[in-house]
Amino acid sequence: MKHDKIERNVGILIILTMLAISAGGLVEIVPLFFIKETVEKVDGVRPYSPLELRGRDIYIREGCYLCHSQMIRPFRDEALRYGHYSLAAESKYDHPFQWGSKRTGPDLARVGGKYSNDWQTQHLTAPRSLVPQSVMPNYPWLSKTALDYSDIQGRMKALRVTGVPYSNSKAEFDKNVKDFGEETAKNLHIPDAEKNLIAQAQAGNYDTNPDKLTEMDALVSYLQLLGTMVDFRKYDDDYFAKFR
Amino acid sequence: MTTTSVTNTEQYNYDVIRKFAIMTLVWGVVGMLVGVYIASELAFPALNFDIPYITFGRLRPVHTGAVIFGFGGSALFATSYYIVQRTCQARLFSSGLASFTFWGWQSIIVLAALGDVMGYTQGREYAEMEWPIDLLIEVVWVGYLVLFVGTLMKRKQPHIYVANWFYVAFILATALLHTFNNLAVPVSLFSMKSYSLFSGAQDAMTQWWYGHNAVGFFLTAAFLGMMYYFVPKQAGRPVYSYRLSVLHFWALIFLYMWAGAHHLHWTAIPDWTSTLAATFSIMLLLPSWGGMVNGILTLSGAWDKMRTDPIIRFLIVSLSFYGMSTFEGPVMSLKDVNALSHYTDWTIGHVHSGALGWVAMVTFGSFYHMIPKLWNTKMFSNRLINIHFWLATIGILLYITAMWISGIMQGLMWRAFDDFGNLQYAFIESVAAAHNLYIMRAVGGLFFLSGMVLMCYNMYKTIKSGSTEQA
Repeated sequence: MKHDKIERNVGILIILTMLAISAGGLVEIVPLFFIKETVEKVDGVRPYSPLELRGRDIYIREGCYLCHSQMIRPFRDEALRYGHYSLAAESKYDHPFQWGSKRTGPDLARVGGKYSNDWQTQHLTAPRSLVPQSVMPNYPWLSKTALDYSDIQGRMKALRVTGVPYSNSKAEFDKNVKDFGEETAKNLHIPDAEKNLIAQAQAGNYDTNPDKLTEMDALVSYLQLLGTMVDFRKYDDDYFAKFR
Repeated sequence: MTTTSVTNTEQYNYDVIRKFAIMTLVWGVVGMLVGVYIASELAFPALNFDIPYITFGRLRPVHTGAVIFGFGGSALFATSYYIVQRTCQARLFSSGLASFTFWGWQSIIVLAALGDVMGYTQGREYAEMEWPIDLLIEVVWVGYLVLFVGTLMKRKQPHIYVANWFYVAFILATALLHTFNNLAVPVSLFSMKSYSLFSGAQDAMTQWWYGHNAVGFFLTAAFLGMMYYFVPKQAGRPVYSYRLSVLHFWALIFLYMWAGAHHLHWTAIPDWTSTLAATFSIMLLLPSWGGMVNGILTLSGAWDKMRTDPIIRFLIVSLSFYGMSTFEGPVMSLKDVNALSHYTDWTIGHVHSGALGWVAMVTFGSFYHMIPKLWNTKMFSNRLINIHFWLATIGILLYITAMWISGIMQGLMWRAFDDFGNLQYAFIESVAAAHNLYIMRAVGGLFFLSGMVLMCYNMYKTIKSGSTEQA
């Protein structure tokens, strides 16, 4: 076919352009939804509790992902600095993913449990009081602002639509008990969301102020969970390698 | 009298182009000002002032949104409407629709910026806008497509000029990318919050398919369309090679869409996607340089204009930066280079050599050509254009040099081991080491911004001396 024909007919130009620009996505992305090995089979990964979910929302709201990645690459230096490389399975309930693209600050994929709640709260409020050379903004409003959890059930329901196994019925709850154990399953039950959220905040006392349920409680509960769900002692590296 | 002065304004709809052109300048200043500010925040964190709305994390999407969609987007609307009408010798087929795209697009930029500072974000780079804004974008964009294609269909020329192919590809690809990357479930009809339909690895692939091709189509293909009109016009020469334009057009739009996963090298995506993306990224060098060669060689036989015409200088230097950053890109897409460059400032430098060097410079050149024509006058001052050129060029060089140094330094520090096999540096040492380079980057940005402000002054004087009435 002469190119002349395409230049004279906008319909043909549009159709051929659509074909040309669709190929890449169809070959590279669509199969990932069907190839089972894309996400590793691994124990321990669970959806976020109501409190952790609100914490994650705040993480996204403040744009933390613009300076912190959550994706450890399989290199010797990253293993020493951050820990085991990240698995796809570890973010399978992350809507959206927060792998990030820039490390103005360090990777946070396995920051959970590395610092105390005290440290996290102080660091978020005034980073330079702990790390003098840090360029991170202060977030003093987090521990002053009461956590708004009025629409927590709506948030969990929206995530349920995307495929996250939050339960809204007895049958779904029972399935979660089977998949995640009873204690976790309770936390994933939508009708009990407010109750669970308050209970976790009180038990965890993440913002080190037991009197008040703040945004800091939620955010720190999320940070303390990051990267802790998979017990890597249970697997050897050859196991994960076969999924790549 | 009435018959002899059948004016351009009647033949073509210049009104909407003028509006978009002015907003291009406004968003350019706003976006670059915010850019300089957040660059300064990284050098001096006290500038965050403990105010939630102006922290780096919230202002960064304001910066990217205002420069990409405000400045870049308005420039593309303006030039595409200018080019499609002139090359088709046909008026935009609907003034109402044209006006709708203007007001729709401007409100999108304003709403997006407000959403960003308020903390309403999808947490996806360059697609931070929450779902109601996304829907508005969808509607305006379909309007744009209909208007552009409808105008192409009533052309008086048998052939569709090459610049318009690029604009068509850009409009179609942007629609495709925007639609699939923003699939999300809102918390409720009255909530600004939504959750991405996809998760984890698949979500990452979708986002970077979008993110990379926002660069590929919004910031490259469309600006090549701009180049294919304004370079030959300003040089007074035909495009160097018709064959090359055909070849590199199809190769470019086909290959670009495969390359997105190079943003995800060494992450938890399957290795084959990563390898495929790197392969296509290398191949992409050829059609990218095809565009550069075609643009630069259009000047064959008129090289002296580089000395005498500051507009040509803008255009040709923009093509040089385009060539440079489309060489740098494939290099960074190699897995071994990427292992060092990823997550560092090198990426930021690379983006800006493209965004400032190519996108902004080709826009400046095109606008210095187009705006006097829209207002039936001449540029107020050629000398100011020349000063703008040097401010912009020095600004870019400072910026990208700072980011190359800090980026490579970060990459090397993070992977350095001491004699005992321990990590040599704590992370914070790499932050501290970047301090002076962050200042240098902010200064570079300030240079570029002052050039932009100077351009606005020059344009203001030009427009004031011109008229929209007379042919």
